[in-house]
Amino acid sequence: MKQMYEPIIGLEVHVELNTKSKMFCRCSADYFGKEPNTYTCPVCLGLPGALPLINKAAIEDCIKIGLALNCKISEKSLFERKNYFYPDLPKGYQISQYRWPLCINGQITLDSGQVIRINRVHQEEDTGKLSHLGGVTLIDFNRSGVPLVEIVTEPDFHDVASVRDYAKKLQQLFRYLEVSNADMERGDMRLEANISVHPIAIASKASPWRLPDYRVELKNINSFRFIVAAIEYEIKRQIEALEKREKLTQETRGWNEDKKCTFLQRSKEEAHDYRYFPEPDLPELRIEESRVKSLESSLPELPWDKLKRFAEEYGISKNDAQILSETKELAEFFESALEHGKKHGVSIKEVANYIVNRKPDISSVLPTQIIEELKGKKVGIIESEKELEKLAEQAVKENANAVLDYKKGKEAALQVLIGGVMKLSLGKADIAKLKPILEKLLKS
Amino acid sequence: MKLTKDQVKHVAKLANLPLTAEEEKRYSEQLSKILDYVEQLNRVETSSAEPTFNVTGQSNVMREDETTPSLSQEEALSNAPQKKECMFETKGVFED
Amino acid sequence: MGKNNITSLTLIGTIKGLKQKDFSEEELNNAYFERIAKLNPKLNSFLEIKKNSCGIPAAIKDIICTQGIKTTAGSRILSNFIPPYNAIVIQRLLENGISVIGKTNCDEFAMGGSGENSSFGPTKNPWDLNKVTGGSSSGSAAAVAADLCAFALGSDTGGSIRQPASLCGVVGLKPTYGRVSRYGLIAMASSLDTIGPVTKSVEDAALVLDWISGGDGYDSNCHPERSEGYKHIFFAGAQNDKLIKGLKVGVPKEYFGEGLNPKVKQVIEDAIKKLEEQGAEIVEVSLPNSKYALAAYYIIVPSEISANMARFDGIRYGSARVDFGPEVKRRIMLGTYTLSSGYYEEYYAKAAKVRTLVKQDFNKAFDPPAGGVDVIVGPVSPTTAWNLGEKVDDPLTMYLSDIYTISANLAGIPGLSIPCGFSEGLPVGLQILGKQWDEETILRVGYAYEQSTEWHKEKPKI
Repeated sequence: MKQMYEPIIGLEVHVELNTKSKMFCRCSADYFGKEPNTYTCPVCLGLPGALPLINKAAIEDCIKIGLALNCKISEKSLFERKNYFYPDLPKGYQISQYRWPLCINGQITLDSGQVIRINRVHQEEDTGKLSHLGGVTLIDFNRSGVPLVEIVTEPDFHDVASVRDYAKKLQQLFRYLEVSNADMERGDMRLEANISVHPIAIASKASPWRLPDYRVELKNINSFRFIVAAIEYEIKRQIEALEKREKLTQETRGWNEDKKCTFLQRSKEEAHDYRYFPEPDLPELRIEESRVKSLESSLPELPWDKLKRFAEEYGISKNDAQILSETKELAEFFESALEHGKKHGVSIKEVANYIVNRKPDISSVLPTQIIEELKGKKVGIIESEKELEKLAEQAVKENANAVLDYKKGKEAALQVLIGGVMKLSLGKADIAKLKPILEKLLKS
Repeated sequence: MKLTKDQVKHVAKLANLPLTAEEEKRYSEQLSKILDYVEQLNRVETSSAEPTFNVTGQSNVMREDETTPSLSQEEALSNAPQKKECMFETKGVFED
Repeated sequence: MGKNNITSLTLIGTIKGLKQKDFSEEELNNAYFERIAKLNPKLNSFLEIKKNSCGIPAAIKDIICTQGIKTTAGSRILSNFIPPYNAIVIQRLLENGISVIGKTNCDEFAMGGSGENSSFGPTKNPWDLNKVTGGSSSGSAAAVAADLCAFALGSDTGGSIRQPASLCGVVGLKPTYGRVSRYGLIAMASSLDTIGPVTKSVEDAALVLDWISGGDGYDSNCHPERSEGYKHIFFAGAQNDKLIKGLKVGVPKEYFGEGLNPKVKQVIEDAIKKLEEQGAEIVEVSLPNSKYALAAYYIIVPSEISANMARFDGIRYGSARVDFGPEVKRRIMLGTYTLSSGYYEEYYAKAAKVRTLVKQDFNKAFDPPAGGVDVIVGPVSPTTAWNLGEKVDDPLTMYLSDIYTISANLAGIPGLSIPCGFSEGLPVGLQILGKQWDEETILRVGYAYEQSTEWHKEKPKI
């Protein structure tokens, strides 16, 4: 019988907060795309004599994330120094948290229903940015000291799909809480993974169940796509190694995008010894119960709660509810349209369908406008083929680019033309009848 | 000898301190002596004592999220031994 | 006051002289500048000198950042470092009409108790050029003793203000940890470092403390309130004979045991008698854990040093790490070891607990319901100034000369060193320790003693 293996994955997510100022100094944290080394001061440059001072808003954001992830907020919390040398780390240590994190023991439920345990949510600071030029390394410290929150899970993931779902949920959460733009491409949100694999038989027979005696850390991988690829690769590599009875060891690996494989960065012997100790420059934090309560009550309705409520309260499908709660803005748009619709006899179903299928640009359309459109549709819907043809011709004339796109094979361009007709008809065109007319017109 | 030469080498690497062979030998002796001296702390009964990391007794010292002007780029770079394209320059390090 | 001896005036005397137009600020600056030019080659007290035409000239330990003025921390690694910012204490002094006449020599990154660990050569003791000044604020103490400035600033992590002040016969005040902002003080051991004045009189020390104390929105550990000791004790016109009447003065038996030079002991005992004569009640107290203070200190301090020295990587400022001197390397090595994987509990956490016990000793001694004392007095240093080169090869013996001063740093309490006599022609200092945040009482005791003696008026003949 073939041996089955189960991957065991734990995740560390770093998210850069969108506070005005940096974590420990008053430099602007809005560093992205700015001239190098123009957003620095003695503190974030690590000049001799400079001292840190905690940004209150960052601490509150960190606690909000912790609360949203059902964490316990620590009564006493301390910053510590994490010591290591790297040119992007100006002080030679990162102010982080270790023994006394702000938030501990949380959890989040994935779409699959699986509960992922959150070990901790803690506060720290970002490093500078390196670039490499002709054999030398150049450093820009604008990013140095920007607040980072780290969210560490227990090793509860067993497949890549849940990793994806988790990352997506966190990203959505950060945006709902308005604590970060959470843009992965810009590096606002970064992912690291610890992976090991074990033969399933051992887990079921042997007692007590225990984690494999090694784990591979995937680090310094900048893009979400790459980390997913790296995890997939790593699962395969480790299973193959176990099949060959090779001994796997604790190590840190990176991702080579050209060769599409992970590679050894640091072995166990070379592992960092961070020499954590309490940061003497910062007095402890004592977060009072009342403060936690007031932060808790300031939280918006969380995306998963909203999704559930939409499905239950409005009787729409889970899928539709998911789309409608995708962003806080869209959810607000939907509910505002509903309210307006109620006054004009437009049903929940109609509003939901309209938004889900037509995906209106909510930055330029008002909720009331779509209700007007839906209302108008009810009274004077245009069903006459002749009339629709006329409108379609007009729309084709006005949207030459979309026509070109369509002819190049971009099916989506049809939506633009439908939108054009809707605009011309003040939303009264019958889409079902319009579509074949447009298609025919475009093929001619 | 509490601290062997190999341990000294390891610690020097952690501390990013380039030591000569002569220094390694000297520090292994001197640090061992100091470590012997501090060993007397093992005799102190501390089971009921909380550690003191900060003597001020203060807590929750925080500032509002407000910005003040940063150093100019010129000031930031003014003490850099090597710079290029308005950035600090160092010998190439391995990344990614 | 003749213009010839402007430089022998105390800070308060200088302020009065300026007010009365006995001399101008320019004359004042010239007088000090000339004296420095003449004497500094012998003393090596200053590393950098600045000629100003206004302000009252203060000498600043070279471990405090001064914008636009080279700040080396006594280290080769920073031999070209020009800070783009001022320490908060410098801002405060400038606001009070003080000018920086120069930056004073010190043990490299304040690590040392003799002044000999400076990369730029040792400072010589003005009382005997073959002797050490003590350290690490070596140049500041020597500059004040030799009248090369109206007053100086030093820093004290384990006695670095009080001990050189004692060995050079001047007043040195280590304030409560958190009384004065450390922003701009190049850190040695962050949880113990303090900045304080080195002066020609107790009154001067009180005035400077009032200027530099109080929160700033930069040092998270700095207490928001400013000290008002000068205003309360001196400006209010205290009555000499009643200053310390009925005050309880504690004498810790642990500070008079083995290791204390008998002649120094005699001088200290005489000084205590003097306090008694002025109406103070002398009480024996016990600080039983003080014998462990040094061991705890030499774990906590190097551990913090190992992190604080990490920023010197030669990328943003300074030269390569190979340029650190032997004592700095020694402490970085020790601290890196004690924090390394598996040792944290055994060393740093253990020492932090012993620190609690040391602090509790003081709390008990000062505790009012238990009939506690108002101040604790004793020697600053077990000996007077020793010969240059005498202890450089034996770090542990060198560390032992801090035995009476480090407890105050571990506990975070204030300490004052005042001249209280001589032993074989070399100055001896009396240490007065006070309750946390209570500089006022130790300054009052110091002032009362100073008023009843002439020691502080003695000047070295150079």
